[in-house]
Parts: sequence; structure tokens; C-alpha cells
Amino acid sequence: MDWYPLLNSLRIAGISTVIIFFVGIFAAYYIAKAPRAVKGVLDVILTLPLVLPPTVVGYLLLRILGPKRVIGAWVLAVFGFKMTMTWWSAIFATTVVIFPLMYRTARGAFEAFDETLAYSGQTLGLRNSYIFWRIRMPYCRQGILAGTVLAFARALGEYGATSMIAGYTPGRTATISTTVYQLWRTNDDAAALKWVLINMAISAVVLLAVNMLEKKQKGGA
Amino acid sequence: MALLVDIEKKLRDFSLKVSFEADREVLALLGASGCGKSMTLKCIAGIEKPDQGRIELDGVVLFDSEKHISLPPQQRKVGYLFQQYALFPNMTVTQNIRCGIRDKKRAAEILPEIIAAMHLTGLEEAHPNRLSGGQQQRVALARILVNEPQLLLLDEPFSALDSQLRFQLEEELRRTIARFGKTVLLVSHNRDEVFRLADRIAVMNRGLVEVCASKKALFAEPLTRTGAFLTGCQNISSLEKLPDGRIRAVDWGVNLTPPREADSASFVGIRMQDIRPAGPGEKGNNILFCRVEEEIENPFSVTVMLRCGEKSTALLGWELDKETWSALRGETVCIRLPEESLLLLEE
Repeated sequence: MDWYPLLNSLRIAGISTVIIFFVGIFAAYYIAKAPRAVKGVLDVILTLPLVLPPTVVGYLLLRILGPKRVIGAWVLAVFGFKMTMTWWSAIFATTVVIFPLMYRTARGAFEAFDETLAYSGQTLGLRNSYIFWRIRMPYCRQGILAGTVLAFARALGEYGATSMIAGYTPGRTATISTTVYQLWRTNDDAAALKWVLINMAISAVVLLAVNMLEKKQKGGA
Repeated sequence: MALLVDIEKKLRDFSLKVSFEADREVLALLGASGCGKSMTLKCIAGIEKPDQGRIELDGVVLFDSEKHISLPPQQRKVGYLFQQYALFPNMTVTQNIRCGIRDKKRAAEILPEIIAAMHLTGLEEAHPNRLSGGQQQRVALARILVNEPQLLLLDEPFSALDSQLRFQLEEELRRTIARFGKTVLLVSHNRDEVFRLADRIAVMNRGLVEVCASKKALFAEPLTRTGAFLTGCQNISSLEKLPDGRIRAVDWGVNLTPPREADSASFVGIRMQDIRPAGPGEKGNNILFCRVEEEIENPFSVTVMLRCGEKSTALLGWELDKETWSALRGETVCIRLPEESLLLLEE
């Protein structure tokens, strides 16, 4: 059996989760502190990928990154490679799609933070970065972890935008979800079922992890 | 003066305009909740920024709107004891206190010392959620003391505690303050607490410091209505000056002889404990014949609610010991409001 789709899915989901971990936290931290009106507008924009059909996200990405479009053409001209139809092209799709999951859970966690802890840290002379990483993040860690795991799970299952921007090339851009579709289309039912079962097993483990994290959070750490 | 505060800040319902000075003493900010006490502390600590003004501590300018100086809270050397103590929940007692030590090289020498001094031995590895309210306060104070601040801000230090614990902790805090020996600002709405802990008291109302005086002077002569109310004077009536130099207490519906010229005073007050019984046929000023409307029994005393005049809109409360009351008890009672006990108050 060719394990490439599993490897590819895991690395795409892993890399995009790492990216979105920092970007999502950064956005959540600053937007949680923003004035109401700004918050409302940014919230809508940043949550949009969650409700848009993945094909719409894929379309929009192709409009920007396609070899004849603004950024895609510039990269092709300067660096000499295409941004679409490679295995890492899928990372663009998954990061956009999973961003709202990370952003929203992290923001919820930051909003529940007791701000007097940060104030007391400041009056004690602690650096703001220390307060962020050693006091604020540990305080919010369960919410942030849950968001990260959820984002990873969603990235693993991304199909629509990925298939548009990375396509399906066996051994090059194939992921679990695109492989299942391809195998089903070509009537290889047994192989499709195998990948379905693998995917379900991974997703079950991930959701179990989310549940355990949420339970721990309710129990109070 | 060790501390000089003169700031203005626009808040949602009113403007904060606070101006006071404090030496090496305990100055209490006494005021109802929402009067701007905590906001004042936050401005001094650098957590909030005043719109304009100046804050100076031991000759160092912490804030000056004209010179565009605003030191970050990290550099102000101000210790802030928060209402809920704000211990870091993910750290042990030792780690929490360690956060306060600025020169980490000295931690090994400072930590055991402060842990013993604050009676925290045996709790070194405990997390804050395992500690009692009193222990949490001691950890928070230890963390502040090792930070070696020049000024200590105490924000309602006992509000998170059971009443039984309060007295004991007040005693401990008094000792900590004495050991600290520098300027302390205490924010509270509890007059007893303030009287026992502070040297001077600033009465705050809707963002303004109305009176700033020594505690004895303030309790003897609160000067303003808010001051009288916050120092525990429950009987307050609006006042009208009469042509003969006497005054009319409008709410109580009676005419009284004041201790001095009423001048610009617009209210008169008397503490519940300062009312005296009047014997039958007793002559003198301010003797009132009252109807007893209600009797409220306290653990060690009685509060009697009295109607003094036909047109009175407010009852007069009188607190006296149980034996005296059982001898006087009846549907009516004769009382005297001693002139020297009447408080003439401005709005």
C-alpha cells in the first residue's frame, strides 16, 4: 500500500496548524483588546472562512496565487516556481480554512483571562513578554489547546479548497481526502474504504483529545 | 511629601479630579463603591493613564501630562495589593513570591526569610487555589514586600474574606504596614477598618476628594454629608436657617439650636450613639418628645426609630444599650440632641 497520502495529509495539517497557532493567537490577543466597533468588523472578516464553502475559498486563493494572478505571477517571475499544484500549495488552503477555529477559541480563552493578573505582574516589574508566555498563556492553555487540536482535525479533513489549489497527483499532491474521492471515482471501493477507516480513526482520536481537554477545563485546573 | 497626586480623568459617569499628598503614613481613601477610589490607585500604579495631571513619588516623576512623562508600571516601584490578591494560579507559593524579586541572584537568600516572616512555612509548594483567603493575602503581601516598593497600595484588602477572619488579618496587616514603614494608600468603604488602620483619611465622592483630614478630626467633624455618612452617621437631615439663629431640621420636622453659626451648611446630622435620654421636666436646648415607631434589637444594643415632629419625613435612629432602653421603654420617649454632638454639614 502507498502511504504517501497519509504522510502528505499529516505534514500539511501539521505545518498549517503550527502557522495558525501563532497567527491565531496573535490575532485573538489583539482583537480581544480592541474597541467594540473594530472588534465587530474584524470578527466578521476573520470568521468568514468558517462559513464559506471551501470551494469559494479555493476559488479566491486561485485568484491570488494562480500563475497568471497578482502574487502567483510575481513569485513565478522572481523565484521561478508556481504556487499552485504542489504539495505545499494545500497549506494555503488549510491555513485559511482553519484560521477561524483557532482564532475564535483562543479569543474566547483570552477574554476569560483575569486582567488583574497581568496588572499585578506589571507592578512587580515583570516584562510584558514574560507575563504573556508565563502567566496569560498557561491561564488560557486549555482553550488554546482545544482550538489547536480542533484546527488540526479540520486541516486533516480539508478537501474542497485543497483539491482546487493542489489538485490530485498520486505521490505528489494526494492527501487522504482527495485520495478517497479519486479511488471512489475509479471504482476501487476496497482501497477507498481503507482510507476512510484510517481517516475516521485519526479523527476519533483527535476528537477524544478535544473532549478530554474540555472536561479538564470545566473541572478547573 | 513622599507622594504627590494631582490628576484628572474622564470616566463614564463623572470626572475623576483627585488631588492629595501623603507622607510616610497610612492615608485612607474612604468612599462608596464606584466613587473612583480604585481608579485613583490604578492611575498611581500606571495601569490606567490619567487624562492630565502629575504624580510624584519620592521626588521621582511617575506621570506628568505636560512633560509627556508616563513611566510604565514596571518602573514605578509601587506595590499593589489587589482585592482578590491576583496570585498567579499556575505557580506555587514560592514561584509567586520569586516573581516579585527583582534581583533574582538574591532569591535563595530572600525566599526563606520572607516565607518564615509571613508564616508561610510548609506551604512553599502549594498552589494558590489550595490556600485560604488569609494565606493568599500573606503570599500576595510577601510577593509585594520582596519587590521593595516605595509605596504600598491596598485595594479593599479584606473584601475577599469572611468576617471572622477579617479582624485577625487586620492585625497582621497592621504589623506588615509598620514593618514597611513607607507611604501606604488604603482604599476602603469600611469606616471601622479605616479608623483602625489609617492616620489620615481622604473622603471621596463622585471622583472628588471632599475632605482630607486626620482620622480623629474627621470622625469628630466630618464637614460634608458624604463624610458624615461614610464615617457612620446615619441621621442626616437637610437644614434651613431660621431668623433667630436656630436651625430647622426639615426631614425630622424639628427646630434645633446649633453648636455654632450654621453658615453655608445645608445638612445637620447626629450619630445614633450621641442621642441622650432626657429626664422628666428636664430643661435645656434640643429636647424632643418623640413617638417610638420601631425597635430593632442588635446583639449588644437596641436601635430605636423615632418620629420627632408632625411633619417629619425621616425617622431618627437612636442606638443605646439594652438596660437603658428597658427602663425607658414606652410608646413615647423624651430625648436630647446635645448641641456639641450636632454635625453641621455641607453638600
